Amino acid sequence: MYSFQPSEEQQMLVDAIKRYAMDDLRAAARDADEEGQLPPELIEKGWELGYLQASIPEDYFGFGERSAVTGVLAVEELAYGDLSGTLAMMTPGLFTTPILLAGSEEQKKEFIPPVIEMEWKAYTAALMEHSFDFDPNELKTVADADADGDSYVLTGEKTYVPFADGAEAFIVYAALDGVTQGLIVPGDAEGLEVGERQKLLGLNALPLYSLKLEGVRVPKANRLGGDEGHDMAPIMAAANVALAAMAVGVSKAALDYAIEYAKDREVFGVKVAQKQAIAFLIAEMGTEIEAIRLLAWEAAWMIDEGMDEAPKLAYLALSGAIDTTMMVTDRAVQILGGHGYIREHPVEMWMRNGRGFATFSGLAMV
Amino acid sequence: MIDFSTPKPIQQLQTVVETVAVNMMRPVSREMDENEHAIPWDFINFMHTAIKSMGGTSMAPDSEKEAKPDAQADAERKKHPPIGYQRLGTLVEILSWGDAGMYLCTPGGMLGSAAVAAAGTPEQKKRFLSRFMGDKPVFDAMAMTEPQAGSDTSAIRATAVHDEQTNEWILNGEKIFVTAGHKALEESDGFIIVWATIDPEAGRAGMRSFVVEAGTPGCKVTKMEHKLGIRASDTVSIVLQDCRVPFENILGSPTVEKSTKGFKGAMATFDATRPIIAAQAVGIARATVELVKEKLTENGIEIRYGLPRQKLTNIEREVIDMEVMLRSAWLLTIKALWMADNKLHNPKEASMSKVYAGDIVVKITQKAIELLGPLGYSRELLLEKWFRDAKITDLYEGTGQINRLVVARHMLGYRGSQLR
Repeated sequence: MYSFQPSEEQQMLVDAIKRYAMDDLRAAARDADEEGQLPPELIEKGWELGYLQASIPEDYFGFGERSAVTGVLAVEELAYGDLSGTLAMMTPGLFTTPILLAGSEEQKKEFIPPVIEMEWKAYTAALMEHSFDFDPNELKTVADADADGDSYVLTGEKTYVPFADGAEAFIVYAALDGVTQGLIVPGDAEGLEVGERQKLLGLNALPLYSLKLEGVRVPKANRLGGDEGHDMAPIMAAANVALAAMAVGVSKAALDYAIEYAKDREVFGVKVAQKQAIAFLIAEMGTEIEAIRLLAWEAAWMIDEGMDEAPKLAYLALSGAIDTTMMVTDRAVQILGGHGYIREHPVEMWMRNGRGFATFSGLAMV
Repeated sequence: MIDFSTPKPIQQLQTVVETVAVNMMRPVSREMDENEHAIPWDFINFMHTAIKSMGGTSMAPDSEKEAKPDAQADAERKKHPPIGYQRLGTLVEILSWGDAGMYLCTPGGMLGSAAVAAAGTPEQKKRFLSRFMGDKPVFDAMAMTEPQAGSDTSAIRATAVHDEQTNEWILNGEKIFVTAGHKALEESDGFIIVWATIDPEAGRAGMRSFVVEAGTPGCKVTKMEHKLGIRASDTVSIVLQDCRVPFENILGSPTVEKSTKGFKGAMATFDATRPIIAAQAVGIARATVELVKEKLTENGIEIRYGLPRQKLTNIEREVIDMEVMLRSAWLLTIKALWMADNKLHNPKEASMSKVYAGDIVVKITQKAIELLGPLGYSRELLLEKWFRDAKITDLYEGTGQINRLVVARHMLGYRGSQLR
């Protein structure tokens, strides 16, 4: 039966996250973007909120269950504060979520507890590749079975890998017999070479690196799901729905900022917001955001229900969110006029970050 | 707890109504469109029997039962949350998928009855609503718009004067764009709700609605409009010339108070009716998207969901965009209706659903014609008809622009005087 009311527990989590997102993430966002670095204590404080830990069962040292619905509610609020900070804080989830979704029992028991037991550490993942025709279903990085029969050899080049420098471990995605598979790769594996820190249009505060794999050898037991391997669809669904929800958060931040500005700024004797030309922009921004938020919620709900259409809907949600975020953040800059273009206001940063959702394949998961 | 499953009782109805849409609407859809003002009696009689056999007077929720404020009713609501508006929205979506014009010919209480149910006394409800339970299908209609007063309903000039000698109201004025007015007044023993002022000096505070029954002298249908789409549905002009109705036919208070409560009451019905129009838009949009996908499949084109956007073909992008718009329009609609069922204040959400659904059905039908090339523009398929039908949802029950104003006012916290 339809309901659009989060549970009390979810609401409490959302409220706690909202405070962190505004008091901490948002407060630090501009400086972090300019300096290209997030204060480590900021990430640690977010980590201590325990969102990820609460989405992992007790068997693997967590204290809850994964819920994609709770996830989208949480990351929307986080991204409302700041997208770079959100992605940083959530990075270990890029390692644990695929293991939880696709890993064998042994892999879950071995690899998840070290991540969530302690303070935030750089557990991360490498999916994207630096090519205009990048497609997660047709990766150029390959994993070949080694002649000795016990290991896979990884060769290729990855890009947009968060916290690659000094990472504890990675999930590296590669084409194995032509099918995309995730492999657990220790940070100190031989043949792994972290490249330059990447300079991008946005996400300046998030350290992203290229990563070269030259004959990196990992045991066959490190293939997600063991010998049988795994289905990529649930992992992409977890990523797409997370990104869609974050796009909603960024959009909502831009909208609220624009509203506040438009209600304050005078023009021809009235507030800017009292002009229909501006008010209509705002009405459309609000409507589009609500539309995409509901789509992301439904996709997350389908994931939790284990429905077959979940991956498709998560993809649709992200598809819609990409356009909505661009439209909304662009209009927020427009509503502020020339002031929107000045870096004293955050809207230009949200517009730069917002443009990335079409690109950020697999950069977040719930 | 967030939940996107359709309530069980609605699921059961869905299957039944789908059968009606497939078997009774689609086969005659083209014929009804080409013969404007022909009345689909087979469909009407079937729906009349079906609605009656379910014990209702209309597809709309039983407001009487759901509005009870006592503690017992509260407990009942908690156990079985009301779903009447969600059910109505679901049915309207399916019927509009079948044929948006024929859906508007569904007999039983529609907008007019909603007004009676919302503002009428128990006696009035009994007097006016019992007729829907008879042997023959009966229609009602809402007469609000005037030649000079469309979205700006406060500009209404029709008057109602109290004749103290006979204790009657004398109505004078001209109404246009009355949906189903012909069927309500001339094809059945129905009624229309006429909006008129009892005090032209009082502005909105003087606005009242009156029930005018079929056969009342002085109330005449003067014109049946020829329209772009929804041609199976009649849209008429009505002239009221010294039209006398009993004093008891006024809905709400007969005296003018300082407040605009009466007017606001009329506006409040929009909170339920706007998402219903949105549901109609979604129905037409879904028919269109399904047809496009069917034609693409026939031609060996599959949509590769999951591909990064820069790798999609143009057709794939268009179809994916359509699916995004279609699904989110439905979610906005069902959320607004869910709020109406749960008595949550929803004017913003109601208008959002209509803004969005009215927009996307127009975009989707326009784009679909382009995508199907010569096929799309031809009257061989129903697509060109849906393109014409779609536009009405962006116009009636408040144009897209009026609804944008409503959304903006709520988002900005402005009154009407602050954002005109």
